[in-house]
Amino acid sequence: MNTNLVHFTLNGEPVEVAIEPWTTLLDYLRYHQKLVGTKKGCDHGQCGACTVLIDGNSVNSCLCLLVSLDGAEITTIEGVATADNLSLEQQIFIEEDAYQCGFCTPGQICSTIAMRNRAEINSEEELKDWMSGNLCRCAAYKNITKAARRIYEES
Amino acid sequence: MKPFQYTRLSTEDLSSGTTLRDSTILAGGTNLVDLMKYGVEEPDSLADIGKLPYTQIEESDKGLLLGALVTNADTAYHAAVKSTYPVLNKAILAAASSQLRNRATNGGNLLQRTRCYYFYDTTMPCNKREPGTGCAAIKGFNRIHAILGTSASCIATHPSDMCVALAALEAKVLVLRKGETIVIPFDQLHRLPGDQPEKDHNLEPGDLITHIQLPAEGFSEHFEYLKIRDRESYAFALVSVAACLKVSEGKIADIRVALGGVAHKPWKLKEVEKDFFGKEASTENFQSLAEQLIQGAQGFGTNDFKISLVKGAIVRALNNALNPS
Repeated sequence: MNTNLVHFTLNGEPVEVAIEPWTTLLDYLRYHQKLVGTKKGCDHGQCGACTVLIDGNSVNSCLCLLVSLDGAEITTIEGVATADNLSLEQQIFIEEDAYQCGFCTPGQICSTIAMRNRAEINSEEELKDWMSGNLCRCAAYKNITKAARRIYEES
Repeated sequence: MKPFQYTRLSTEDLSSGTTLRDSTILAGGTNLVDLMKYGVEEPDSLADIGKLPYTQIEESDKGLLLGALVTNADTAYHAAVKSTYPVLNKAILAAASSQLRNRATNGGNLLQRTRCYYFYDTTMPCNKREPGTGCAAIKGFNRIHAILGTSASCIATHPSDMCVALAALEAKVLVLRKGETIVIPFDQLHRLPGDQPEKDHNLEPGDLITHIQLPAEGFSEHFEYLKIRDRESYAFALVSVAACLKVSEGKIADIRVALGGVAHKPWKLKEVEKDFFGKEASTENFQSLAEQLIQGAQGFGTNDFKISLVKGAIVRALNNALNPS
C-alpha cells in the first residue's frame, strides 16, 4: 500500500493518518472525514467552493495534497462555530441575505475569515478582488460583497 | 490522478541531490496538482520541499532576499515589498485569487507553466506537452498567445505577473546546483521556445530555486504594473506592463519596461531601454520606446489585437509611472 504518514490539526483536533499521497485535502475532508460542508465545485482551483483555512489563510483545498500539510492547522466551515453560537461571519451572511442556493457559502465565509485575519484591505476594489476567488452561480454578489464589507468593518 | 511516490525532503536530504534529480518538486502545488489532475503532468515521484528552510524574507544593504517558499501573499504584503518594491506588490496582487496567492510560493510562481488551452487539452497536439506532435494554437484559437519571440513550434506565453515585475526590477535567482549556490540573472532564467518548447527555463534537472534577490533599487517613486485582461480580477493577462522610471530634471535617468502576456518569457530589451537614458520623459519618447520594444511582433489571427493593445499599454504604464496619482 502506497501511503505516507501526515500529522495535522483539523478543527482543533490533532489527527495522524496514513494516506495515499494523491489524496487532496478536499477529498480527505469529504470522503474520509465526512465533513461535507466544504464543497467540490470545479476541482481545479477556479470556483472557490472548496475554500478552507490553513493556518488562518484561505486556500483551495482541491489543489492541496493532504500529505503536504504536515504540521498544518486546518479549519473547515464545521470548525468556525457551533450550531447554537454562529461566528460573526455567519451571522452577517444571514443578516445580509448573502446567498441564494448556499453551495458556495462555506467557501465564501472562509474567505471572509481569512480576509479579516490578513487585515490588508484598503479599498472597495481590494475587497472585491479578495472575494473574487469565490464564484457564486446564483450571482448573489451584491449581498455577498455587502456582507464581506460589514465583516471587515466590524472586526 | 496517476499514483506516485511521495517524499518529504529534509535539509539533510539536499546534500545528496539524488531525490531532486529523480523527482518532480512539489512546493505549494497550485499549478502542479492541477496539471496532474488533467494528466498533463504525470510524475512517478514527488519531492515535497515544503519543510526546507527557504521561508523568510531578509533585508540587507544588497536589497531584499525572498525565500523561495514564502507565499506570494506573504511576499506582496511584506512591509519592505510594499514600501520599497511597490511594483512587485502590485503585480502579485493583480494575479490569481486570494486563495491561490495564499498557497502559491515564490519559487513555484517562477516555474509555473503556460495556460495555453492546447497544452492543457491532452487530446490536442502540443509540442510543449508532447514534443513533435505540433502546435494546435498557431492555426487555432490563439487569443491569449504570444506575439513576440515565437517559433514554428510554439506560441505559448509565460503566465506569471510576478515574473514581469521581477524582470523589470532585474532580480536574480539563487539556485542550489550540486551543493553549490549559483546566481542566475532574471532574464536568463526563462527561455524562448525555439525548437524545444518543452523547456520553459534554463534550469538543469536537480536544480532547486532557493531565493530571489531583489536589488537595492526598487523604483518606489515612479512605477506601474498595468494588467489588461478580460475581467477585472482573477484572470490572466492579455498583456501586462511593469514600468519603472527614475527621472532627473525631466530626463530619464533609468527606465525599465517588462511585458507579460506577449512571449514565452517576460519580454524586456535592455538595449532599447538604454537608448532612452538622458532623453526627455515624454509621451513621444514612450511611444518611440514602445515601437522599438515590440519590433517584429506578429499575430496569429485571434491575437492580432495584442500588437496595438500592448503599444498603448506601454505608453499608458510609463505615463502612470511618471505621474503617480
